[in-house]
Amino acid sequence: MPVLRQGGRLGLGLVLALALPLALAVGWEIAVDTGVASGRLLPPPSRIGATLWELAASGDLLVHVEATLIRVGLGFLFGAAAGILMGTAVAMLPLVRRICDPSLQALRAVPSLAWVPLFILWFGILETPKILLIAVGVFFPVYVGVSGAIASVDRKLVEVGRIYRLSRGAMARRILLPAILPATLVGLRTGLGLGFLFVVAAELMGASEGLGYLLVDGQQLGKPDQILAAIIAFALAGKLADTLFVAMTRPLTRWQDTVRDSL
Amino acid sequence: MLIVDDLSKTYADGTQALSGVGLSVAPGEIVALIGGSGCGKTTLLRLIAGLDRASTGTVQVDGETIRDPHPSVGVVFQEPRLLPWLTVADNVGFGLAGLGRSEHRARVARALERVGLAEHAGRWPRELSGGQQQRVAIARAFVPRPRVLLLDEPFSALDAFTRRGLHDQLLDLWAESKPTILIVTHDVGEAVTLADRVVVMRPRPGRLDETLAIAMPRPRDPVSPRYEEAVRRVMAALDRSLHPATPRPNPAPEMRAGWW
Repeated sequence: MPVLRQGGRLGLGLVLALALPLALAVGWEIAVDTGVASGRLLPPPSRIGATLWELAASGDLLVHVEATLIRVGLGFLFGAAAGILMGTAVAMLPLVRRICDPSLQALRAVPSLAWVPLFILWFGILETPKILLIAVGVFFPVYVGVSGAIASVDRKLVEVGRIYRLSRGAMARRILLPAILPATLVGLRTGLGLGFLFVVAAELMGASEGLGYLLVDGQQLGKPDQILAAIIAFALAGKLADTLFVAMTRPLTRWQDTVRDSL
Repeated sequence: MLIVDDLSKTYADGTQALSGVGLSVAPGEIVALIGGSGCGKTTLLRLIAGLDRASTGTVQVDGETIRDPHPSVGVVFQEPRLLPWLTVADNVGFGLAGLGRSEHRARVARALERVGLAEHAGRWPRELSGGQQQRVAIARAFVPRPRVLLLDEPFSALDAFTRRGLHDQLLDLWAESKPTILIVTHDVGEAVTLADRVVVMRPRPGRLDETLAIAMPRPRDPVSPRYEEAVRRVMAALDRSLHPATPRPNPAPEMRAGWW
């Protein structure tokens, strides 16, 4: 998305960006309203809105959103922790790198959804396989980000640390950690996005609550408005999580070039 | 006193970067190392800084043998090497340890003032120009009050105008605590402006060649006849080092390694 500096131009950009979806929505609403289209398979925005409102008013939506967020949160936590640990070990210890990295890179090439049948077979269809699947999705971008960041720490800055005789701990705290922070945060953010991608797959494999469950339920009951309502809820939850992540971590990387903040 | 004795460095691939270098620098003396590329200037500086280990020979500062980076030896690199996540003031104070908060702050503030960056204390390094960044790096090196300061072509990336300003600031800082300074340069004018002695190096393998004393009071006027005469002497010595066939006129006693 282009970043426009002035308020007026930002307003114009927003109007231009929203023009197409709004026109389509209004057009579809009118088409269904006037009977040109039935709207049976693609309900008009008003009906999607009404369904979303109903779900929210009855408290069901909150239950589903909560279930999904807990899964993403736990999966993210485990995946990110494993990614940071493995990424650090592989970058710091050459032996670990030579033993583990090729296998991990090979596993990374496996489309993560391919694990679904195996995970169901191993762990059943309850929470464990779901959280594990999400953790797998989160793990790889974090692993790649952390190991790459450590490997590319500027030797010249490390030398500055040596000149001032920093201990190993001080070197890690005062030079390595801040140096790898930006790439690590990018990895975590990508991982968070993938977590939302994988929670859908995880909930499609069988769940009694969660936004993914709403999708399956809508399909089985022939309620496209519910499916679309769930999709919108997914979009909002994912965007909200990402925005929160960026807002919380931005102070840590204020020293970087400002252009990167907007990416 | 900085004493370099019979220092050699051969890299793992067999390249001999430095061979039998001997040099003594008195406390408070400024010595410029000058020479063509590949003559081991940077290698020599890294050995004295304790960043690399010598193959043979020793480096001593006030009687202490240098094997690793030492608290009384400061370094300014060719690039500023500021830590981008620290403010200008925090960068300047990076190497200061064991001082009270107020003393720490006062020293950082004074150094920043000396290099004319007091009003930039709270900025990020990326907000400064290249010349300003190098001034921060110089302030950082001076703040722990090293007895020996090594500078590796610190001004080579800067334009001539900026460079002259930095020479003045470097000499200002030097005048405060009078550390021994060893500066690598490929700029003859820089060597003559700053140094008490100019040591010419010769490549393949890197070794010391001629030593020329620059006996002129500071500040030195770059358009005075004495300055121009000194530049010509250094130029001529540099020429001789680059074309070894040329016969060398009566070698000065300083040429010999470790004459002190």
